[in-house]
Amino acid sequence: MSEKKTNRRDFLFTATYAVGAVGVGATVWPMIDQMNPDASVKALASTEVDVSAVNPGKTITVLWRGKPIFIRRRTQDEIAEARSVKLEDLKHPEKDEDRAVNPEWLVMLGVCTHLGCVPLDQKGEYNGWFCPCHGSHYDISGRIRKGPAPTNMEIPKYEFVNANTIKIG
Amino acid sequence: MSDHEYTPKSKFGKWFNDRLPLLTLANHLTDYPTPKNLNYWWTFGGILTFCLITQIVTGLVLAMHYIAHADMAFDSVEHIMRDVNYGWLIRYIHANGASMFFLAVYIHIFRSLFYGSYKAPREIIWIIGIIIYLLMMAAAFLGYVLPWGQMSFWGATVITNLFSAIPLVGEGIVTWLWGGYSVDNPTLTRFFTLHYLIPFLILGLVVLHIWALHVPGNNNPVGIDIKKPSKDTVPFHPYIVIKDGFALLMFMIVFAFFVFYTPNILGHADNYIEANPLVTPAHIVPEWYLLPFYAILRSVPDKLLGVVAMLSAILILAALPWLDTSKIRSAVFRPLYRQFYWILVADVLILGYVGAMPAEGLYLLVARVATAYYFLHFLVILPVLGWKEKTLPIPLSITESILGGSPNLATAKNRESLNK
Repeated sequence: MSEKKTNRRDFLFTATYAVGAVGVGATVWPMIDQMNPDASVKALASTEVDVSAVNPGKTITVLWRGKPIFIRRRTQDEIAEARSVKLEDLKHPEKDEDRAVNPEWLVMLGVCTHLGCVPLDQKGEYNGWFCPCHGSHYDISGRIRKGPAPTNMEIPKYEFVNANTIKIG
Repeated sequence: MSDHEYTPKSKFGKWFNDRLPLLTLANHLTDYPTPKNLNYWWTFGGILTFCLITQIVTGLVLAMHYIAHADMAFDSVEHIMRDVNYGWLIRYIHANGASMFFLAVYIHIFRSLFYGSYKAPREIIWIIGIIIYLLMMAAAFLGYVLPWGQMSFWGATVITNLFSAIPLVGEGIVTWLWGGYSVDNPTLTRFFTLHYLIPFLILGLVVLHIWALHVPGNNNPVGIDIKKPSKDTVPFHPYIVIKDGFALLMFMIVFAFFVFYTPNILGHADNYIEANPLVTPAHIVPEWYLLPFYAILRSVPDKLLGVVAMLSAILILAALPWLDTSKIRSAVFRPLYRQFYWILVADVLILGYVGAMPAEGLYLLVARVATAYYFLHFLVILPVLGWKEKTLPIPLSITESILGGSPNLATAKNRESLNK
Protein backbone atom coordinates (compact mmCIF):
# COMPACT_ATOMS: atom_id res chain seq x y z
CA MET A 1 0.00 0.00 0.00
CA SER A 2 1.69 3.15 -1.15
CA GLU A 3 -0.73 5.84 -0.04
CA LYS A 4 -0.96 6.43 3.70
CA LYS A 5 -4.58 6.48 4.69
CA THR A 6 -5.90 6.26 8.20
CA ASN A 7 -8.58 3.65 8.38
CA ARG A 8 -10.79 2.16 11.06
CA ARG A 9 -8.23 -0.53 11.89
CA ASP A 10 -5.55 2.09 12.65
CA PHE A 11 -7.97 3.75 15.00
CA LEU A 12 -8.64 0.43 16.73
CA PHE A 13 -4.88 -0.21 17.14
CA THR A 14 -4.26 3.23 18.59
CA ALA A 15 -7.20 2.97 20.94
CA THR A 16 -6.06 -0.48 22.09
CA TYR A 17 -2.50 0.70 22.76
CA ALA A 18 -3.79 3.71 24.67
CA VAL A 19 -6.11 1.65 26.88
CA GLY A 20 -3.33 -0.92 27.33
CA ALA A 21 -0.84 1.76 28.41
CA VAL A 22 -3.26 3.20 30.95
CA GLY A 23 -3.95 -0.29 32.26
CA VAL A 24 -0.28 -1.13 32.63
CA GLY A 25 0.37 2.22 34.30
CA ALA A 26 -2.51 1.76 36.74
CA THR A 27 -1.18 -1.70 37.63
CA VAL A 28 2.45 -0.70 38.00
CA TRP A 29 1.84 2.44 40.09
CA PRO A 30 0.76 0.59 43.29
CA MET A 31 3.89 -1.57 42.96
CA ILE A 32 6.03 1.58 42.88
CA ASP A 33 4.11 3.66 45.40
CA GLN A 34 4.17 0.92 48.06
CA MET A 35 7.82 1.81 48.55
CA ASN A 36 7.04 5.41 49.59
CA PRO A 37 6.77 6.26 53.32
CA ASP A 38 3.77 4.43 54.77
CA ALA A 39 1.07 5.78 57.10
CA SER A 40 2.90 4.68 60.25
CA VAL A 41 6.07 6.46 59.18
CA LYS A 42 4.18 9.63 58.30
CA ALA A 43 2.35 9.53 61.65
CA LEU A 44 5.62 10.22 63.49
CA ALA A 45 5.79 13.67 61.95
CA SER A 46 6.30 15.89 65.03
CA THR A 47 8.33 15.82 68.26
CA GLU A 48 8.34 18.12 71.30
CA VAL A 49 11.66 18.82 72.99
CA ASP A 50 12.34 20.32 76.43
CA VAL A 51 15.34 22.63 76.07
CA SER A 52 15.41 24.13 79.59
CA ALA A 53 18.56 22.18 80.52
CA VAL A 54 20.61 23.39 77.56
CA ASN A 55 23.28 25.95 78.58
CA PRO A 56 24.68 28.58 76.21
CA GLY A 57 27.41 27.10 74.01
CA LYS A 58 25.91 23.61 74.15
CA THR A 59 24.21 21.53 71.50
CA ILE A 60 21.73 18.74 72.04
CA THR A 61 20.79 16.19 69.41
CA VAL A 62 17.29 14.77 69.19
CA LEU A 63 15.82 12.28 66.77
CA TRP A 64 13.04 13.41 64.47
CA ARG A 65 11.77 11.20 61.64
CA GLY A 66 14.83 8.99 62.14
CA LYS A 67 17.16 11.92 61.58
CA PRO A 68 19.17 13.93 64.09
CA ILE A 69 18.12 17.50 64.88
CA PHE A 70 20.78 19.78 66.33
CA ILE A 71 19.49 22.31 68.86
CA ARG A 72 22.24 24.74 69.77
CA ARG A 73 21.96 27.50 72.32
CA ARG A 74 24.40 29.99 70.90
CA THR A 75 26.57 32.39 72.90
CA GLN A 76 26.51 36.14 72.20
CA ASP A 77 29.89 35.83 70.43
CA GLU A 78 28.59 33.10 68.16
CA ILE A 79 25.50 35.09 67.29
CA ALA A 80 27.65 38.13 66.48
CA GLU A 81 29.93 35.95 64.35
CA ALA A 82 27.03 34.35 62.47
CA ARG A 83 25.38 37.71 61.77
CA SER A 84 28.57 39.46 60.67
CA VAL A 85 29.23 37.12 57.69
CA LYS A 86 28.75 38.82 54.34
CA LEU A 87 26.29 37.13 52.02
CA GLU A 88 28.71 37.22 49.07
CA ASP A 89 31.11 34.96 51.02
CA LEU A 90 28.50 32.22 51.11
CA LYS A 91 28.07 29.35 48.69
CA HIS A 92 24.38 29.18 49.57
CA PRO A 93 23.51 32.74 50.67
CA GLU A 94 21.10 32.80 53.58
CA LYS A 95 20.91 35.40 56.37
CA ASP A 96 21.43 34.10 59.87
CA GLU A 97 18.35 36.14 60.82
CA ASP A 98 16.29 33.88 58.56
CA ARG A 99 17.87 30.67 59.84
CA ALA A 100 17.62 31.44 63.55
CA VAL A 101 14.54 33.56 64.19
CA ASN A 102 15.31 33.52 67.89
CA PRO A 103 19.05 34.24 67.58
CA GLU A 104 19.94 32.30 70.70
CA TRP A 105 18.52 29.06 69.33
CA LEU A 106 19.69 27.36 66.17
CA VAL A 107 17.44 24.41 65.32
CA MET A 108 18.50 22.49 62.26
CA LEU A 109 18.57 19.09 60.62
CA GLY A 110 21.93 17.57 61.61
CA VAL A 111 22.39 16.01 58.22
CA CYS A 112 25.15 16.96 55.82
CA THR A 113 23.58 18.03 52.53
CA HIS A 114 26.28 16.20 50.61
CA LEU A 115 25.54 12.54 51.26
CA GLY A 116 23.67 12.49 54.54
CA CYS A 117 26.27 11.93 57.25
CA VAL A 118 25.97 13.55 60.68
CA PRO A 119 28.46 16.44 60.99
CA LEU A 120 30.54 16.81 64.16
CA ASP A 121 29.89 19.68 66.58
CA GLN A 122 32.44 22.50 67.12
CA LYS A 123 34.81 21.19 64.48
CA GLY A 124 36.07 22.47 61.17
CA GLU A 125 37.56 25.70 59.94
CA TYR A 126 34.48 27.86 60.55
CA ASN A 127 33.87 27.21 64.23
CA GLY A 128 30.67 25.32 63.44
CA TRP A 129 30.26 21.78 62.16
CA PHE A 130 32.46 19.48 60.15
CA CYS A 131 31.34 16.42 58.21
CA PRO A 132 33.88 13.60 58.59
CA CYS A 133 32.68 11.72 55.54
CA HIS A 134 33.77 13.97 52.72
CA GLY A 135 35.05 17.06 54.50
CA SER A 136 32.30 19.72 54.39
CA HIS A 137 32.76 22.68 56.76
CA TYR A 138 29.73 24.53 58.16
CA ASP A 139 29.71 27.79 60.14
CA ILE A 140 27.92 28.55 63.41
CA SER A 141 24.73 29.16 61.48
CA GLY A 142 24.99 25.74 59.80
CA ARG A 143 25.84 27.32 56.45
CA ILE A 144 28.13 25.50 54.04
CA ARG A 145 31.47 27.30 53.77
CA LYS A 146 33.86 24.75 52.29
CA GLY A 147 33.68 21.23 50.86
CA PRO A 148 31.43 19.23 48.53
CA ALA A 149 28.03 19.86 50.19
CA PRO A 150 25.84 21.96 47.88
CA THR A 151 23.57 23.73 50.41
CA ASN A 152 23.30 24.84 54.02
CA MET A 153 22.03 22.39 56.59
CA GLU A 154 18.26 22.42 56.44
CA ILE A 155 16.09 24.24 58.99
CA PRO A 156 13.04 22.11 59.81
CA LYS A 157 9.64 23.57 60.55
CA TYR A 158 9.56 24.25 64.30
CA GLU A 159 7.99 26.53 66.87
CA PHE A 160 8.38 27.47 70.52
CA VAL A 161 5.38 26.03 72.32
CA ASN A 162 6.55 27.93 75.42
CA ALA A 163 9.90 29.38 76.56
CA ASN A 164 11.34 25.94 77.26
CA THR A 165 9.71 23.67 74.70
CA ILE A 166 10.34 23.40 70.97
CA LYS A 167 7.94 21.52 68.74
CA ILE A 168 9.63 20.17 65.62
CA GLY A 169 7.56 19.22 62.60
CA MET B 1 29.99 -24.59 18.11
CA SER B 2 30.26 -28.28 17.40
CA ASP B 3 29.92 -28.73 13.70
CA HIS B 4 28.74 -32.33 13.76
CA GLU B 5 25.22 -33.54 14.46
CA TYR B 6 24.93 -35.34 17.76
CA THR B 7 22.88 -38.50 18.29
CA PRO B 8 22.65 -40.08 21.76
CA LYS B 9 23.70 -43.72 21.93
CA SER B 10 20.92 -45.12 24.13
CA LYS B 11 17.38 -45.53 22.87
CA PHE B 12 15.95 -43.57 25.81
CA GLY B 13 18.55 -40.87 25.30
CA LYS B 14 17.50 -40.54 21.69
CA TRP B 15 13.81 -40.46 22.63
CA PHE B 16 14.42 -37.77 25.25
CA ASN B 17 16.80 -35.73 23.11
CA ASP B 18 14.28 -35.58 20.27
CA ARG B 19 11.84 -33.95 22.69
CA LEU B 20 14.26 -31.75 24.66
CA PRO B 21 17.78 -31.57 23.24
CA LEU B 22 19.55 -31.33 26.61
CA LEU B 23 21.98 -34.06 25.59
CA THR B 24 22.92 -32.10 22.48
CA LEU B 25 23.64 -29.15 24.76
CA ALA B 26 25.73 -31.32 27.10
CA ASN B 27 27.61 -32.69 24.10
CA HIS B 28 28.22 -29.19 22.80
CA LEU B 29 29.62 -28.09 26.15
CA THR B 30 31.86 -31.15 26.36
CA ASP B 31 33.25 -30.97 22.84
CA TYR B 32 33.28 -27.15 22.62
CA PRO B 33 36.48 -26.38 20.70
CA THR B 34 38.81 -24.21 22.78
CA PRO B 35 42.00 -22.50 21.60
CA LYS B 36 44.86 -24.67 22.75
CA ASN B 37 47.02 -21.71 23.81
CA LEU B 38 44.71 -20.48 26.62
CA ASN B 39 46.76 -19.53 29.68
CA TYR B 40 45.78 -19.45 33.35
CA TRP B 41 44.23 -15.98 33.03
CA TRP B 42 41.46 -17.75 31.13
CA THR B 43 40.51 -19.89 34.13
CA PHE B 44 38.73 -17.07 35.95
CA GLY B 45 35.44 -17.59 34.12
CA GLY B 46 35.12 -20.98 35.76
CA ILE B 47 36.32 -19.57 39.08
CA LEU B 48 33.64 -16.85 38.88
CA THR B 49 30.94 -19.45 38.27
CA PHE B 50 32.16 -21.20 41.39
CA CYS B 51 32.02 -17.90 43.33
CA LEU B 52 28.44 -17.24 42.23
CA ILE B 53 27.28 -20.72 43.23
CA THR B 54 29.08 -20.39 46.58
CA GLN B 55 27.38 -17.07 47.30
CA ILE B 56 23.96 -18.40 46.36
CA VAL B 57 24.29 -21.57 48.45
CA THR B 58 25.75 -19.88 51.56
CA GLY B 59 23.29 -17.00 51.13
CA LEU B 60 20.29 -19.34 51.07
CA VAL B 61 21.52 -20.96 54.27
CA LEU B 62 22.13 -17.61 55.99
CA ALA B 63 18.64 -16.44 55.02
CA MET B 64 17.24 -19.35 57.07
CA HIS B 65 18.66 -17.74 60.24
CA TYR B 66 18.80 -14.02 59.49
CA ILE B 67 15.98 -11.66 60.52
CA ALA B 68 15.50 -8.60 58.32
CA HIS B 69 14.28 -6.16 60.98
CA ALA B 70 16.02 -3.04 62.24
CA ASP B 71 15.67 -4.18 65.87
CA MET B 72 16.78 -7.76 65.28
CA ALA B 73 19.10 -7.89 62.29
CA PHE B 74 22.29 -7.10 64.20
CA ASP B 75 21.52 -9.64 66.92
CA SER B 76 20.48 -12.29 64.42
CA VAL B 77 23.86 -12.01 62.71
CA GLU B 78 25.58 -12.49 66.07
CA HIS B 79 23.22 -15.41 66.66
CA ILE B 80 24.43 -16.93 63.40
CA MET B 81 28.04 -16.39 64.49
CA ARG B 82 27.64 -17.85 67.99
CA ASP B 83 24.68 -20.24 68.12
CA VAL B 84 23.90 -21.65 64.69
CA ASN B 85 25.84 -24.84 63.91
CA TYR B 86 28.72 -23.86 61.65
CA GLY B 87 27.04 -20.46 61.31
CA TRP B 88 30.42 -18.71 61.72
CA LEU B 89 31.83 -20.74 58.85
CA ILE B 90 28.92 -20.13 56.52
CA ARG B 91 28.86 -16.40 57.25
CA TYR B 92 32.61 -16.02 56.87
CA ILE B 93 32.49 -17.88 53.54
CA HIS B 94 29.67 -15.59 52.39
CA ALA B 95 31.34 -12.36 53.56
CA ASN B 96 34.80 -13.24 52.25
CA GLY B 97 33.19 -14.87 49.23
CA ALA B 98 32.05 -11.43 48.12
CA SER B 99 35.64 -10.20 48.19
CA MET B 100 36.88 -13.31 46.39
CA PHE B 101 34.16 -12.81 43.77
CA PHE B 102 35.39 -9.28 43.10
CA LEU B 103 39.05 -10.35 43.15
CA ALA B 104 38.24 -12.90 40.44
CA VAL B 105 36.08 -10.51 38.43
CA TYR B 106 38.79 -7.83 38.40
CA ILE B 107 41.34 -10.35 37.11
CA HIS B 108 38.76 -11.50 34.54
CA ILE B 109 38.11 -7.90 33.39
CA PHE B 110 41.78 -6.95 33.22
CA ARG B 111 42.48 -10.13 31.26
CA SER B 112 39.91 -8.94 28.72
CA LEU B 113 41.54 -5.53 28.63
CA PHE B 114 44.99 -7.00 28.00
CA TYR B 115 44.01 -9.50 25.33
CA GLY B 116 41.33 -7.34 23.68
CA SER B 117 38.58 -9.87 24.35
CA TYR B 118 35.95 -7.10 24.19
CA LYS B 119 36.57 -6.43 20.51
CA ALA B 120 34.50 -7.62 17.56
CA PRO B 121 32.86 -10.09 17.43
CA ARG B 122 32.66 -10.30 21.23
CA GLU B 123 31.06 -6.92 22.12
CA ILE B 124 27.83 -8.44 23.42
CA ILE B 125 29.71 -10.83 25.72
CA TRP B 126 31.57 -7.81 27.07
CA ILE B 127 28.47 -5.67 27.61
CA ILE B 128 26.63 -8.49 29.37
CA GLY B 129 29.74 -8.81 31.52
CA ILE B 130 29.57 -5.13 32.46
CA ILE B 131 25.90 -5.52 33.43
CA ILE B 132 26.84 -8.51 35.58
CA TYR B 133 29.57 -6.41 37.18
CA LEU B 134 27.08 -3.60 37.95
CA LEU B 135 24.65 -6.09 39.47
CA MET B 136 27.50 -7.58 41.52
CA MET B 137 28.23 -4.15 42.95
CA ALA B 138 24.54 -3.65 43.75
CA ALA B 139 24.32 -7.07 45.42
CA ALA B 140 27.51 -6.45 47.41
CA PHE B 141 26.28 -3.06 48.62
CA LEU B 142 22.83 -4.36 49.56
CA GLY B 143 24.34 -7.36 51.34
CA TYR B 144 26.71 -5.16 53.31
CA VAL B 145 23.71 -3.27 54.75
CA LEU B 146 22.02 -6.40 56.12
CA PRO B 147 24.14 -6.92 59.32
CA TRP B 148 22.87 -3.46 60.37
CA GLY B 149 26.16 -2.32 61.85
CA GLN B 150 27.49 1.22 61.79
CA MET B 151 29.16 0.81 58.39
CA SER B 152 26.02 -0.87 57.05
CA PHE B 153 23.84 2.02 58.13
CA TRP B 154 26.10 4.85 57.06
CA GLY B 155 27.17 3.13 53.88
CA ALA B 156 23.49 2.78 53.00
CA THR B 157 22.89 6.46 53.89
CA VAL B 158 25.76 7.72 51.75
CA ILE B 159 25.06 5.53 48.74
CA THR B 160 21.30 6.14 48.65
CA ASN B 161 22.01 9.87 49.01
CA LEU B 162 23.91 9.69 45.72
CA PHE B 163 20.47 9.75 44.09
CA SER B 164 19.66 13.07 45.78
CA ALA B 165 22.18 14.62 43.38
CA ILE B 166 19.63 14.22 40.56
CA PRO B 167 18.03 17.63 39.94
CA LEU B 168 14.38 18.16 40.92
CA VAL B 169 13.32 14.55 41.58
CA GLY B 170 16.41 13.49 43.57
CA GLU B 171 15.01 14.02 47.08
CA GLY B 172 11.78 12.24 46.14
CA ILE B 173 13.70 9.27 44.79
CA VAL B 174 15.75 8.99 47.99
CA THR B 175 12.63 9.08 50.18
CA TRP B 176 11.11 6.45 47.92
CA LEU B 177 14.21 4.25 48.18
CA TRP B 178 14.20 4.57 51.99
CA GLY B 179 10.45 4.18 52.49
CA GLY B 180 10.79 6.93 55.11
CA TYR B 181 12.78 10.02 55.96
CA SER B 182 15.97 8.16 56.78
CA VAL B 183 17.47 4.70 56.37
CA ASP B 184 15.30 2.58 58.65
CA ASN B 185 13.38 -0.67 58.88
CA PRO B 186 11.51 -0.30 55.56
CA THR B 187 14.90 0.24 53.90
CA LEU B 188 16.33 -2.89 55.48
CA THR B 189 13.48 -5.18 54.44
CA ARG B 190 13.55 -4.04 50.81
CA PHE B 191 17.34 -4.30 50.68
CA PHE B 192 17.07 -7.87 51.90
CA THR B 193 14.52 -8.68 49.20
CA LEU B 194 16.69 -7.18 46.45
CA HIS B 195 19.84 -8.79 47.81
CA TYR B 196 18.05 -12.12 47.51
CA LEU B 197 16.85 -11.38 43.96
CA ILE B 198 20.00 -10.06 42.29
CA PRO B 199 22.14 -13.25 42.40
CA PHE B 200 19.47 -15.03 40.37
CA LEU B 201 19.45 -12.20 37.83
CA ILE B 202 23.22 -12.57 37.65
CA LEU B 203 22.82 -16.31 37.14
CA GLY B 204 20.53 -15.67 34.17
CA LEU B 205 22.98 -13.17 32.70
CA VAL B 206 25.84 -15.64 33.19
CA VAL B 207 23.93 -18.10 31.00
CA LEU B 208 23.61 -15.39 28.32
CA HIS B 209 27.29 -14.45 28.80
CA ILE B 210 28.37 -18.04 28.13
CA TRP B 211 25.88 -18.46 25.31
CA ALA B 212 27.23 -15.34 23.61
CA LEU B 213 30.75 -16.66 24.19
CA HIS B 214 29.98 -19.95 22.51
CA VAL B 215 28.91 -18.25 19.29
CA PRO B 216 32.34 -16.87 18.23
CA GLY B 217 34.30 -19.05 20.68
CA ASN B 218 37.04 -17.96 23.07
CA ASN B 219 39.53 -15.25 22.36
CA ASN B 220 43.09 -16.35 23.12
CA PRO B 221 46.48 -14.90 24.13
CA VAL B 222 47.52 -14.08 20.55
CA GLY B 223 44.07 -12.69 19.80
CA ILE B 224 43.65 -14.14 16.31
CA ASP B 225 40.77 -16.22 15.01
CA ILE B 226 40.80 -19.98 14.98
CA LYS B 227 41.56 -21.40 11.54
CA LYS B 228 39.09 -24.03 10.41
CA PRO B 229 39.86 -26.85 9.94
CA SER B 230 43.03 -26.83 12.04
CA LYS B 231 44.80 -28.15 15.08
CA ASP B 232 44.26 -24.79 16.82
CA THR B 233 41.71 -26.14 19.28
CA VAL B 234 41.25 -28.80 21.93
CA PRO B 235 37.88 -30.03 23.24
CA PHE B 236 36.68 -28.30 26.41
CA HIS B 237 36.55 -31.65 28.19
CA PRO B 238 38.95 -32.89 29.46
CA TYR B 239 41.59 -30.26 28.57
CA ILE B 240 40.02 -27.06 29.87
CA VAL B 241 38.02 -28.78 32.58
CA ILE B 242 41.20 -30.08 34.18
CA LYS B 243 43.03 -26.79 33.78
CA ASP B 244 40.11 -24.80 35.22
CA GLY B 245 39.84 -27.35 38.00
CA PHE B 246 43.48 -26.96 38.97
CA ALA B 247 43.23 -23.16 38.92
CA LEU B 248 40.06 -23.35 41.02
CA LEU B 249 41.91 -25.46 43.58
CA MET B 250 44.64 -22.81 43.86
CA PHE B 251 41.99 -20.12 44.16
CA MET B 252 40.23 -22.05 46.91
CA ILE B 253 43.48 -22.14 48.92
CA VAL B 254 43.53 -18.33 48.89
CA PHE B 255 39.80 -18.27 49.69
CA ALA B 256 40.27 -20.69 52.60
CA PHE B 257 43.19 -18.66 53.92
CA PHE B 258 40.95 -15.62 54.32
CA VAL B 259 38.02 -17.61 55.76
CA PHE B 260 40.05 -19.52 58.32
CA TYR B 261 42.97 -17.27 59.20
CA THR B 262 41.92 -13.63 58.71
CA PRO B 263 38.13 -13.68 58.27
CA ASN B 264 37.71 -10.02 59.26
CA ILE B 265 40.71 -8.42 57.60
CA LEU B 266 38.67 -7.26 54.58
CA GLY B 267 35.83 -5.92 56.75
CA HIS B 268 35.58 -2.91 59.06
CA ALA B 269 35.60 -3.11 62.86
CA ASP B 270 32.88 -0.42 62.94
CA ASN B 271 30.41 -2.89 61.53
CA TYR B 272 30.50 -4.83 64.80
CA ILE B 273 28.84 -1.78 66.41
CA GLU B 274 25.08 -1.74 65.98
CA ALA B 275 23.67 0.94 63.66
CA ASN B 276 23.19 4.32 65.35
CA PRO B 277 21.45 7.07 63.36
CA LEU B 278 22.90 9.78 65.63
CA VAL B 279 26.58 9.03 65.22
CA THR B 280 28.46 8.82 61.94
CA PRO B 281 31.70 6.81 62.17
CA ALA B 282 34.75 9.07 61.94
CA HIS B 283 35.85 7.51 58.68
CA ILE B 284 33.37 5.93 56.27
CA VAL B 285 34.93 3.69 53.66
CA PRO B 286 33.29 1.21 51.34
CA GLU B 287 34.58 -2.32 50.89
CA TRP B 288 37.92 -2.52 49.08
CA TYR B 289 36.43 -3.50 45.73
CA LEU B 290 34.49 -0.24 45.44
CA LEU B 291 37.32 2.06 46.52
CA PRO B 292 38.53 3.20 43.06
CA PHE B 293 35.05 4.47 42.21
CA TYR B 294 34.67 6.02 45.65
CA ALA B 295 37.92 7.90 45.05
CA ILE B 296 36.53 9.22 41.76
CA LEU B 297 33.32 10.33 43.51
CA ARG B 298 35.25 12.25 46.15
CA SER B 299 37.76 13.79 43.79
CA VAL B 300 35.08 15.98 42.18
CA PRO B 301 34.16 18.95 44.40
CA ASP B 302 30.61 19.18 43.01
CA LYS B 303 27.94 16.77 44.27
CA LEU B 304 26.11 16.08 41.00
CA LEU B 305 29.28 16.01 38.89
CA GLY B 306 30.92 13.67 41.41
CA VAL B 307 28.10 11.18 41.04
CA VAL B 308 28.14 11.58 37.26
CA ALA B 309 31.92 10.99 37.17
CA MET B 310 31.62 7.87 39.29
CA LEU B 311 28.86 6.36 37.15
CA SER B 312 30.65 7.31 33.93
CA ALA B 313 33.79 5.56 35.15
CA ILE B 314 31.85 2.29 35.11
CA LEU B 315 29.62 2.90 32.11
CA ILE B 316 32.54 4.02 29.93
CA LEU B 317 33.61 0.37 29.96
CA ALA B 318 30.50 -0.56 27.99
CA ALA B 319 31.66 1.72 25.17
CA LEU B 320 35.14 0.24 25.20
CA PRO B 321 34.73 -1.93 22.07
CA TRP B 322 34.19 1.29 20.10
CA LEU B 323 36.66 3.50 21.96
CA ASP B 324 39.51 1.11 21.24
CA THR B 325 39.99 1.60 17.52
CA SER B 326 42.83 -0.87 17.06
CA LYS B 327 42.08 -3.91 14.92
CA ILE B 328 44.71 -5.95 16.74
CA ARG B 329 43.21 -7.64 19.79
CA SER B 330 46.10 -8.89 21.92
CA ALA B 331 48.41 -6.46 23.74
CA VAL B 332 51.22 -8.93 22.94
CA PHE B 333 51.41 -7.33 19.48
CA ARG B 334 50.74 -3.75 20.65
CA PRO B 335 53.96 -2.47 22.24
CA LEU B 336 52.54 0.95 23.15
CA TYR B 337 49.14 -0.24 24.33
CA ARG B 338 50.91 -2.74 26.56
CA GLN B 339 52.61 0.11 28.42
CA PHE B 340 49.43 2.16 28.73
CA TYR B 341 47.68 -0.97 29.96
CA TRP B 342 50.05 -1.28 32.90
CA ILE B 343 49.76 2.44 33.61
CA LEU B 344 45.98 1.97 33.77
CA VAL B 345 46.39 -0.96 36.18
CA ALA B 346 48.62 1.23 38.37
CA ASP B 347 46.14 4.12 38.06
CA VAL B 348 43.23 1.98 39.28
CA LEU B 349 45.33 0.63 42.17
CA ILE B 350 46.29 4.19 43.14
CA LEU B 351 42.63 5.23 43.00
CA GLY B 352 41.82 2.30 45.26
CA TYR B 353 44.50 3.35 47.72
CA VAL B 354 43.47 7.03 47.91
CA GLY B 355 39.82 5.95 48.12
CA ALA B 356 40.67 4.35 51.45
CA MET B 357 42.43 7.48 52.72
CA PRO B 358 40.85 10.73 53.99
CA ALA B 359 39.84 13.09 51.15
CA GLU B 360 42.26 15.91 51.92
CA GLY B 361 45.67 17.34 51.08
CA LEU B 362 47.95 15.22 48.97
CA TYR B 363 45.50 12.29 48.81
CA LEU B 364 42.89 14.52 47.21
CA LEU B 365 45.40 15.83 44.69
CA VAL B 366 46.53 12.31 43.77
CA ALA B 367 42.89 11.21 43.47
CA ARG B 368 42.18 14.07 41.07
CA VAL B 369 45.17 13.33 38.87
CA ALA B 370 44.37 9.60 38.83
CA THR B 371 40.69 10.29 38.03
CA ALA B 372 41.67 12.55 35.15
CA TYR B 373 44.08 9.92 33.84
CA TYR B 374 41.43 7.19 34.06
CA PHE B 375 39.16 9.09 31.69
CA LEU B 376 42.08 10.19 29.54
CA HIS B 377 43.01 6.54 29.00
CA PHE B 378 39.60 5.58 27.66
CA LEU B 379 38.58 8.77 25.89
CA VAL B 380 41.85 9.92 24.34
CA ILE B 381 44.67 7.40 24.56
CA LEU B 382 42.75 4.36 23.30
CA PRO B 383 41.14 5.97 20.22
CA VAL B 384 44.38 7.72 19.20
CA LEU B 385 46.53 4.66 19.82
CA GLY B 386 44.35 2.65 17.45
CA TRP B 387 45.55 4.55 14.38
CA LYS B 388 48.96 5.83 15.56
CA GLU B 389 50.47 2.67 16.99
CA LYS B 390 52.84 0.50 14.94
CA THR B 391 51.83 -3.03 15.86
CA LEU B 392 54.03 -6.08 15.67
CA PRO B 393 53.35 -8.74 13.03
CA ILE B 394 50.72 -11.18 14.25
CA PRO B 395 51.19 -14.93 13.81
CA LEU B 396 49.32 -16.69 11.05
CA SER B 397 47.73 -19.21 13.33
CA ILE B 398 47.47 -20.16 16.98
CA THR B 399 49.48 -23.28 16.29
CA GLU B 400 52.26 -21.27 14.71
CA SER B 401 52.40 -18.91 17.68
CA ILE B 402 52.92 -21.87 19.98
CA LEU B 403 55.56 -23.53 17.84
CA GLY B 404 57.33 -20.21 17.45
CA GLY B 405 59.37 -19.10 14.51
CA SER B 406 58.77 -16.50 11.89
CA PRO B 407 55.41 -15.27 10.71
CA ASN B 408 56.39 -16.58 7.31
CA LEU B 409 53.76 -18.99 6.12
CA ALA B 410 56.13 -21.47 4.50
CA THR B 411 58.39 -21.72 7.57
CA ALA B 412 55.42 -22.14 9.85
CA LYS B 413 53.94 -24.88 7.68
CA ASN B 414 57.26 -26.60 7.56
CA ARG B 415 57.56 -26.60 11.33
CA GLU B 416 54.03 -27.79 11.78
CA SER B 417 54.61 -30.73 9.48
CA LEU B 418 57.82 -31.59 11.36
CA ASN B 419 55.89 -31.74 14.59
CA LYS B 420 53.21 -34.02 13.27
